[in-house]
Amino acid sequence: MALRNDIASFLEQTGLIGRFTGRFFSSGLKPRYEFRELLAQCYIIGYQSLPLVGLTGFIMGLVLTMQLRPSLVDYGVQSQLPVMVGIAIVREIGPVITALIFAGKIASSIGAELGSMKVTEQIDAMTVSGTNPFKYLVATRVLASTLMLPVLTVLGDAMSLYGAYIGVNIRSVTSFRLFFDQVFASLNFGDVLPAVIKTFFFGFAVGVIGCYKGYFSSKGTRGVGHSANSAVVLSSVVIFIIDLLAVQFTDLLGLN
Amino acid sequence: METREPVIVVEHLFKSFGDNAVLKDFSLTVQANENVVVLGKSGSGKSVLIKCIIGLLKPESGRILVFGQDVPELAEEELDQVRMKIGFLFQGNALYDSMTVRENLEFPLRRHCIDYTQKKVDQLVMEALENVGLPHTVDMMPAELSGGMLKRVALARTMILQPEIILYDEPTTGLDPVTAREIDRLIVQLQHKFHTASIIITHDMHCVKNTADRVALLLDGRVYTEGTYQELENSGDKNVKQFFE
Repeated sequence: MALRNDIASFLEQTGLIGRFTGRFFSSGLKPRYEFRELLAQCYIIGYQSLPLVGLTGFIMGLVLTMQLRPSLVDYGVQSQLPVMVGIAIVREIGPVITALIFAGKIASSIGAELGSMKVTEQIDAMTVSGTNPFKYLVATRVLASTLMLPVLTVLGDAMSLYGAYIGVNIRSVTSFRLFFDQVFASLNFGDVLPAVIKTFFFGFAVGVIGCYKGYFSSKGTRGVGHSANSAVVLSSVVIFIIDLLAVQFTDLLGLN
Repeated sequence: METREPVIVVEHLFKSFGDNAVLKDFSLTVQANENVVVLGKSGSGKSVLIKCIIGLLKPESGRILVFGQDVPELAEEELDQVRMKIGFLFQGNALYDSMTVRENLEFPLRRHCIDYTQKKVDQLVMEALENVGLPHTVDMMPAELSGGMLKRVALARTMILQPEIILYDEPTTGLDPVTAREIDRLIVQLQHKFHTASIIITHDMHCVKNTADRVALLLDGRVYTEGTYQELENSGDKNVKQFFE
């Protein structure tokens, strides 16, 4: 019985988020455009996430290199370390880890912000002042999130590769140029483009889920906490689902 | 007796939440430049009424005419035009807590008066704050203000587009008696200065006495009786008397 209720609740949530997404495309993208708020959100969502994404990316690249090295040494192919790390970071680990960090920071912050605005009637105040809160609050945040995650991913990948370069140089000596020549020689169109494209979908999902959870928050401050928490959990799950679908899709196109 | 044009006409309004019928055949008329207090117990549907009037809630049936336009039937763009003529003071103030006082007051101006220069916007913001006696708070954040100051700033934001109607949702709730009476005085001052019509939702009898031109008692989802404060105070009806005891 509990399982049945959970499934019903999951399907209901999926339907409601689907409808919310439909509303974004049907009314959120129509004039009047909120460019000023969009720019402000790009600054908050993108620029202010940069230190976190950069630092975690750097550590991830460093650790990944240090963990991979012993196995490659065992097989005598340690010279391939930059190639392996480069492909792993650019194709999969960079986009997914950046998206998960982004979800943790942005989905929770959007969920809590809109949830708090909802329970303190700030969204109603916006409505009665003749401002469409869906366009002003939701459309701008979803767009900013969709546009900023790919940029952050590219920068996060760059920091990861730099971390990997440091990692390689802990036990051996490789020049900066040689390391990056090896990395870029091993990457092709099919590695980079799908990885970047899927981050637009990751960003969109984080924005929509964060806004949905906040916009329909209820039950006071407890509800706000729940909105923030469930926005992160659901965004993270959806990122993996999108990643799975993206891999299947690129596989079908012969890009893997 | 002076006859004035009605600015709000509510007729046979029904609104329920699930099985709980809150407004049942509610009717009320508000004239221009008139303060009408809707008095009722907590949970009697007073706030629901003004949220229906401003279009935040949609009633099941009945008509709500604001300046002759039927609010529940209006499209969103038309409703926004009507809303420009209505100010709404929320019970919890609903100031945007991520913005300064200045930005809070600028927000409606930036939406509706896009051709205003920054100088004109600044002037209107300062005038609105002077009207409520708080020009020095202009660059403060809402979190830095006391309850009474928040209410005044919210009132300044409500007034900045110079609405013809103001809907007050429990304007004195949560305030100390001295501040509450200051808010009462402000409500009356703004009515006289800007000739606004108002619906004031409250169960604070001092606020009723100080602000009401007319009082409508909401009981069991409809207007049980209406009249001036004195008329209701002198009523022998036990349902009315319980509010004055």
